[in-house]
Amino acid sequence: MEIENTGKEKDRFIITVTGRIDAVTAPEFETRLLDWINAGETRLIVDLGGLEYISSAGLRSILTIAKNLKTKQGKLALCSLRDTVKEVFEISGFSTIIPVCESVAAAVKEK
Amino acid sequence: MPEITSPARMAHLERLIQFVARHAETAHFPTQRIREIELAVEEILVNIFSYAYPDTTGDVSLTCRVEDDLRLVLEISDTGTPFNILNVPAPNVAAGIYERQVGGLGVFFVKKMADEAHYRRDGDRNILMLIFGRHRHGAEGQEHAGGVQE
Repeated sequence: MEIENTGKEKDRFIITVTGRIDAVTAPEFETRLLDWINAGETRLIVDLGGLEYISSAGLRSILTIAKNLKTKQGKLALCSLRDTVKEVFEISGFSTIIPVCESVAAAVKEK
Repeated sequence: MPEITSPARMAHLERLIQFVARHAETAHFPTQRIREIELAVEEILVNIFSYAYPDTTGDVSLTCRVEDDLRLVLEISDTGTPFNILNVPAPNVAAGIYERQVGGLGVFFVKKMADEAHYRRDGDRNILMLIFGRHRHGAEGQEHAGGVQE
């Protein structure tokens, strides 16, 4: 898994994740995002266009991050989900609790 | 039948998943189906790593074969605490963000991704057999009436 801050548009902090979020890499994913949140970035767009795989461990981390942002009146948007990742979000019902956008550009336009 | 045995620890997760994925790749399963199989295998293994050996360390063994390039038959076994993971209740996937629990989601994925899942206790071993066709049943959102035992 590779994770990096790839920009900022308006007040939206953009993060790109590639590779796999599994039980081994999910803790690092969660720690990196929580570090950015604690540094004051509370409006996050996470570009998952390069993410090929996610398991329940990764969903657990996303839920932790989303709940943390709620308490700070922040916002989390995920975008550009590929087929397998999208399927996992749909089966688990996560696509109904976490906003999912077609692209980073579409996520930036959301209020 | 090809077999791999490894200490039941997270450090071995990737190697064990790759053992299964290679069989599916050799049989030219579609890429998305291979990811689905990897997901089911990870969820089972992580559960074993976390709970099978509470007071000790132990091994996990995988055997895998593909029948006629059509069905991948996998057995995952451990010698830990007797436990039928298929009995774990399904999570409420309609719960809101605050009520949402992730517990139970792993086995829920296993049941969704596998065509069949069978647990048996054989002597001191927990044995979970999973069977995967080339495509996921119920991929259109329909629950299939196949052999997944609750």
